[in-house]
Amino acid sequence: MSAVEVEHLTKRFGDFCAVDALSFAVERGEIFGLLGPNGAGKSTLIRMLTTLVPPTSGSARVNGFDIVRAANGVRQSIGVIPQAMTSDLELSAEENLNIFAKLYGIPREPRRRAIKTLLQAVDLEPWADKPVKMFSGGMRRRLEIARGLVHEPNIFFLDEPTTGLDPVSRVAVWDMLSRLKRERDLTILVTTHYMDEADKLCDRVAIVDHGKLAALDSPLKLKASIPGRNILEVSFSKVPAGWENTLRTLPDVAELKAEDHVFRLASHNGPRTTVALMEAARSANVTVTSLSVQSTTLDDVFVHYTGHQLRDALQAPATAESPYLMKRH
Amino acid sequence: MHRIWAIIERDLRRFRRSPTLIVMSMLMPLVQLVVLGYAFGGKVKNLEIGIVDQDHGVPAIKLKEMFQAVAANARTFDTIAYHDQAVALHDLREGRINGVLTIPPHFSRKVLAGANPRVALVEDNTDQFSTSALGGALTELLATYNSPADPPRETAKVTLDMVEIYPYVPYIQYLLPGTITLAIFVSAMIGGGIIFIDDKARGLHEGYLVTPIRKFELILGFNLAGAIKAIIAGFVLVTVGSIIAGIPDPLNVLRLARMMVLVVVTALALISMMFLLMVRVSDPLVPRAIFGVLNTVLFFPSGAVYPTASFPPWMKAITVVDPFTYAVHGFKQLVLKNTGLMSISYDLAFLVGFTLLAMSAATLLFRRTL
Ligand SMILES: Nc1ncnc2c1ncn2[C@@H]1O[C@H](COP(=O)(O)OP(=O)(O)OP(=O)(O)O)[C@@H](O)[C@H]1O
Ligand SMILES: [Mg+2]
Repeated sequence: MSAVEVEHLTKRFGDFCAVDALSFAVERGEIFGLLGPNGAGKSTLIRMLTTLVPPTSGSARVNGFDIVRAANGVRQSIGVIPQAMTSDLELSAEENLNIFAKLYGIPREPRRRAIKTLLQAVDLEPWADKPVKMFSGGMRRRLEIARGLVHEPNIFFLDEPTTGLDPVSRVAVWDMLSRLKRERDLTILVTTHYMDEADKLCDRVAIVDHGKLAALDSPLKLKASIPGRNILEVSFSKVPAGWENTLRTLPDVAELKAEDHVFRLASHNGPRTTVALMEAARSANVTVTSLSVQSTTLDDVFVHYTGHQLRDALQAPATAESPYLMKRH
Repeated sequence: MHRIWAIIERDLRRFRRSPTLIVMSMLMPLVQLVVLGYAFGGKVKNLEIGIVDQDHGVPAIKLKEMFQAVAANARTFDTIAYHDQAVALHDLREGRINGVLTIPPHFSRKVLAGANPRVALVEDNTDQFSTSALGGALTELLATYNSPADPPRETAKVTLDMVEIYPYVPYIQYLLPGTITLAIFVSAMIGGGIIFIDDKARGLHEGYLVTPIRKFELILGFNLAGAIKAIIAGFVLVTVGSIIAGIPDPLNVLRLARMMVLVVVTALALISMMFLLMVRVSDPLVPRAIFGVLNTVLFFPSGAVYPTASFPPWMKAITVVDPFTYAVHGFKQLVLKNTGLMSISYDLAFLVGFTLLAMSAATLLFRRTL
């Protein structure tokens, strides 16, 4: 039995389809990444899986429990970190954990022990009795991670746990998650905008766009699946007519995108294409003003499968993150 | 100049885009105008006067007839006939009637003999507005009685003795019951309204909803938490308020205990009303916007500041369904008349019934999802 099984899961808000007949399975013990731009439907999907929002159609099982018919079984076996930071700012770290442990009905002694271990695990022991409003964003996230694990769930859902954190805190959060996963035998389902994170930490990644599954595989295989193992970004002082065609016919070029004087080439063999490109430039008397060669990243995978840049998508008007989230006009 | 305009422009644009705020900022003063306009200074009507006729002579009957005529026309008061003065006085103390008029034995004989007889009106003086309305009506009535038109048969003049059964009640004491209720309401409004919706908006409830907590546990948790805060506010007002207002023997344990019963029942009623109003709300602006209007609409028609006996029919309709009315009436009985719980059993029953109704409706409307 997979940890999470999703079948044709759909959520409509009026005419708008936020999650469109998604099907996939998350295996036990893996870190499963959901990658997608703002408004892709990641949070909606997680909310359905965590019983917060009823699906319009389709079905899903979490830890074997149907998310509609056995919602309480689901709730008992999952830990959830919502996208918004939801710890109580006025209470201390320990009080926050205590309240949640009580909500899960954990008796006093195990509760005390679990909280102590968790605070240690997320490096917050020295701040146990400080009010959360004094915490930095990274500390708050770590506290929420502890909160989500207080009842020792099998499956852990995190909605953008690192958004808004500085690079150091991001790394800390991910290290923590990898360690907790190993120690506690967790299955983790996590959403993120950060391709590098997904690449390094996820066992498998699903790319979601407009509520649909665009691709699903391990980061390595995803990267291998798109044309070109290297990306060349090159710009020229001025380009003669037909230059684009010249570039396209360079050895090993798989794909070419042009924007004024800047070109982006996907190549199966970066070094060979680079050498050929420099030669072509010299013989055509064209000056190369900049050149970079990168290996394929998940960004490229994303662009390939969704047909647009994640960065563009990120600049789309921010949608309401939660129907409950305070709207600031 | 540009910068000043920038600030003004932003403010006005924002204002235009929040219709709730616009509507409420205009509605609130209008509601105040209408409610306050009719809540104060109306003619007090339909007070209840018990009449004990211990004489049964013709002049006594004539006097009673004049009372009934006032009851039928001016409607300042209605009359209820009592045979036993003790029963009438008991009802007066329990707050069921506003005054007891006793026509003593030998009243007729004295009238016919030309001796000036006296009748006594024992009145509930906890409400100055009712007292003065009643006093005015009776003085007028006796003046008519004493000057029969044609031909003057007897020369006796009847005089009225007004007897107040409670010590003088200054207005501050008259206001205290409403203030206690208001304190409970404000606490319910902040705890069950503003903080509740803010927590919801901050996603705190989302945290609750992913745990295995059941719907009824959530609802009870929210409401009892709000009720406890409201009860504390009520308790402070009951004790400190009594001292400040100069209620005689303010810390009388027995009375405090009875007041606490009413505080608890009132807190439950108001918090469940709040919960019902907020159960489907998610915009933090809503509880803030309705606060003022709700306050006006519940407080003034309740009889907290002026007797309900003077209200026009539409406001009386609010009075009847307004939980404030019963809380205020109950506290008046306990604070100003020091009665027992029996005399407020109807108030308690209404508030308990209101709580059950509001809670059931809210439970039906409550969604255990976002
Ligand atoms: N309650 C709702 N009512 C109407 N539309 C909604 C509701 N919740 C979400 N949506 C819409 O569904 C789409 C998907 O939203 P969702 O929050 O799932 O996206 P997301 O992938 O989590 O985005 P982000 O990266 O911004 O968190 C959005 O276009 C959003 O506007
Ligand atoms: Mg989201």
